[in-house]
Amino acid sequence: MSTLNPARTAREYPARYRLEAARCEACGAVSFPARLVCPACRGRKFAAVTLAPEGKVLTWTVIHVGPPSHKHDVPYALAVIELGGGVRVTCQIADVDPAKVEAGMAVKLEFRRIQQDGEAGVIAYGHKAVPA
Amino acid sequence: MSVGIVGYGAYIPRRRIRLGEIAAVWGADAAAYERGLELHEKSVPGADEDTITMSVTAARRALARAGIDPLSIGAVYVGSESHPYAVKPSGTVVAEALGATPAVHCADLEFACKAGSEGMFIAAALVKSGEVTHALAVGADTSQGAPGDALEYSAAAGAAAYIFGAADLVATLDAQVSFMTDTPDFWRREYMHYPRHAGRFTGEPAYFKTTFGATRMLLEKTGLQPKDFAHAVFHQPNGKFPMRAGKQLGFTQEQLETGWLSPWLGNTYSGASPIGLTAVLDKARPGDRIFMVSYGSGAGSDGFVWTVTDRIDEVRDAAPRTRDQLDNGKMYITYGVYAKLRGKIRMGE
Amino acid sequence: MRDVAIVGIGLSRWGEVWDASLRTLWTEAALAALDDAGIDHVDSITVGSMAPGLFVGQEHLGGLLAGELGMAGVPATRVESACASGGVALRTGFAEIAAGLADIVLATGVEKMTDVSGDDCTAALAAAADAELEVFHGATFPALYAMMARAHMARWGTTREQLAMVAVKNHRHGSLNPHAQFRQQITVKDVLSSAKVADPLNILDCSPITDGAAAVVLADMETARKLAHGRPLIRIAGVGQASDHIALQSRPDMAAIPATTAAAQRAFKMAGKTPADVHVAEVHDCFTIAEIMVLEALGLCPAGEGGRQAESGRTALGGALPVNPSGGLKSKGHPVGATGVAQAVEIVTQLRGAAGKRQVANARVGLTQNMGGTGASSVVHILEVAP
Repeated sequence: MSTLNPARTAREYPARYRLEAARCEACGAVSFPARLVCPACRGRKFAAVTLAPEGKVLTWTVIHVGPPSHKHDVPYALAVIELGGGVRVTCQIADVDPAKVEAGMAVKLEFRRIQQDGEAGVIAYGHKAVPA
Repeated sequence: MSVGIVGYGAYIPRRRIRLGEIAAVWGADAAAYERGLELHEKSVPGADEDTITMSVTAARRALARAGIDPLSIGAVYVGSESHPYAVKPSGTVVAEALGATPAVHCADLEFACKAGSEGMFIAAALVKSGEVTHALAVGADTSQGAPGDALEYSAAAGAAAYIFGAADLVATLDAQVSFMTDTPDFWRREYMHYPRHAGRFTGEPAYFKTTFGATRMLLEKTGLQPKDFAHAVFHQPNGKFPMRAGKQLGFTQEQLETGWLSPWLGNTYSGASPIGLTAVLDKARPGDRIFMVSYGSGAGSDGFVWTVTDRIDEVRDAAPRTRDQLDNGKMYITYGVYAKLRGKIRMGE
Repeated sequence: MRDVAIVGIGLSRWGEVWDASLRTLWTEAALAALDDAGIDHVDSITVGSMAPGLFVGQEHLGGLLAGELGMAGVPATRVESACASGGVALRTGFAEIAAGLADIVLATGVEKMTDVSGDDCTAALAAAADAELEVFHGATFPALYAMMARAHMARWGTTREQLAMVAVKNHRHGSLNPHAQFRQQITVKDVLSSAKVADPLNILDCSPITDGAAAVVLADMETARKLAHGRPLIRIAGVGQASDHIALQSRPDMAAIPATTAAAQRAFKMAGKTPADVHVAEVHDCFTIAEIMVLEALGLCPAGEGGRQAESGRTALGGALPVNPSGGLKSKGHPVGATGVAQAVEIVTQLRGAAGKRQVANARVGLTQNMGGTGASSVVHILEVAP
């Protein structure tokens, strides 16, 4: 069961392709992706910002049993990453020996293929972390 | 008006497979291949890498060196023979990821290993015409050779991106030529997974004839001699061909070496001579003149003469250097993993 | 607000029940609860179910199941809060009686999980995580809890062995429960050497895929006293629920479950009790790390001490505070939508003194904690033997 409907995929481009986020004009908290209400102060006015693609690993796991979408990619590392300014993203760490991943590890985000809707459907691109 | 390169970037995947690893599977003489082709290992894309992802990363690196607003990019050309979609452009993804949409002309190009330089040719001409302020040309491939075929030893993955403009150049484009004939040395028919090639017909009557043709055309047009260049880059389907062609044309080992990556990279097809040029720009000094001739089966060559400007020293370190990507952080894989990553294993539904 | 008691409890067959459909399982549990209460009518039905649409292609469970029970006409509502669906169905039933909308409510939960492949089951469960921020990138539930485990280990020094001890304890409890899906005892070594799922969690750190349904009959106190049949009357003394962002990354401290803390505080306040008053607890040990973090979140141990609870024996049967005497989700099984109700069934059984070999001596106050996702939906109930 793929969730890669083309419209749904395209709608996420600003965040997935360009790391576009929104900074709350009231409290300065950055939301990624952009949203209508600031979760920190419920502000509703935002300025567009782009995330810096460098950060560090906060917590991680190495997945040995993957979901159908990533079944053949195991073992792969998944992490919560803190980017500059404290913004967090959850994504895979690619091009790394999963056994070498550790908290605090410096990473940068690179444009990668994340999922595809089978051999004939759309390809969904986004970012993965790689060792900095 | 002087046009040229305002920013350049390369991307080489980290995975490698050694020639001996491939040869062992097919019972081939690895040492003979390494000697005959001057080829030792090649890059392999991860399951999450394709022509589009490599193009985006290379283009972002070009953008970092160019230091321009992506919205000033009026044209995006992605040259490849391994576009992830048969129908639906790679270039639209690249332009979207860079933030260059929507006022941008976009085309995917294909001309075997020449599709990258083809985009450079068009991009430069478009800037020169005044139609666009900046134009992006990318050469990228994740090419495949049929299992056991000679091409399997060389077909590699990588990308190079160039942003052309008329101001703040890191290299001026002094001349460009194109030499083309219909030569059936290598092809892939629609719906076919692997290409076919014409064996030894791919050598003298194709690669060498076309490369020599474009070289002579370019030297004649500029009135320059091989000795007038600091560096020369030729298409590199293996380690041997570009060295042999260059030397026969009067270039020295020293002139050829800086952009000669194929012995440890393999043939990156549309990325091959463009990535070679990035390695040269990483090393070149202001005032250096660079000679470049691509080759694409089918067959044609694009030739360029560049002169490096003072600005090269300011932008060089704004993105990873090509040799560093080639030499460092390598992840060696087995043929089994290679077969899995390259979709050579028949999977269940 | 009216007081509410639990007057009937029932479970369906539990485990991989190949010959029973969702509706059959649910009806088994509903009939058992009605029979236990000695009644044949209810004023309202609530059904907790996480993803019947994905598991068996069936939504609209309220009407479907009321009809199955021969009770078409009764208000029947499905509620969904991922794996907390059962607990929320219980709270919804409580609220209907407390508000005076109904005098007797059949609060239920059900999940039929084995009619899909393992892949489809993984994908259905993953729908409880953030589809865009987590699942898109290849996250699974074991992976999200593994990241919580790593955070807890880094913050508090919790060890891999301490995680394993939770599974060992709960399997020992489950071995005493005839209703448990996995009744074999296991060792720390078994857990540590079992197949890796999402490092540091192995397969024996994970609750299984289970078919099952659970039901309780709720009644206002006046009605309840008529239905006690000489058994201790079990009152729902406190109810608390809370939410959080569902993406783990949004939680400032990924080694904590603040929604469970908030739910517990509300429940304890309503009950006029403190964690020290609890004699027995059924908590949401979907993964071993979950029980550790939940005990801290509930205030049943200090923050950072969760890893030592199973290790010291405090939370084992015979310890000061037995946790998951049923075997928990780990050993008893985890039909996701049914779990929150099944926890209440166990606590009622304990407070009635009817738990047989796994009976917690002199248990008069019990707690259930049920959560969805990585804890973004948390619901806590405090049950006591009514005076």
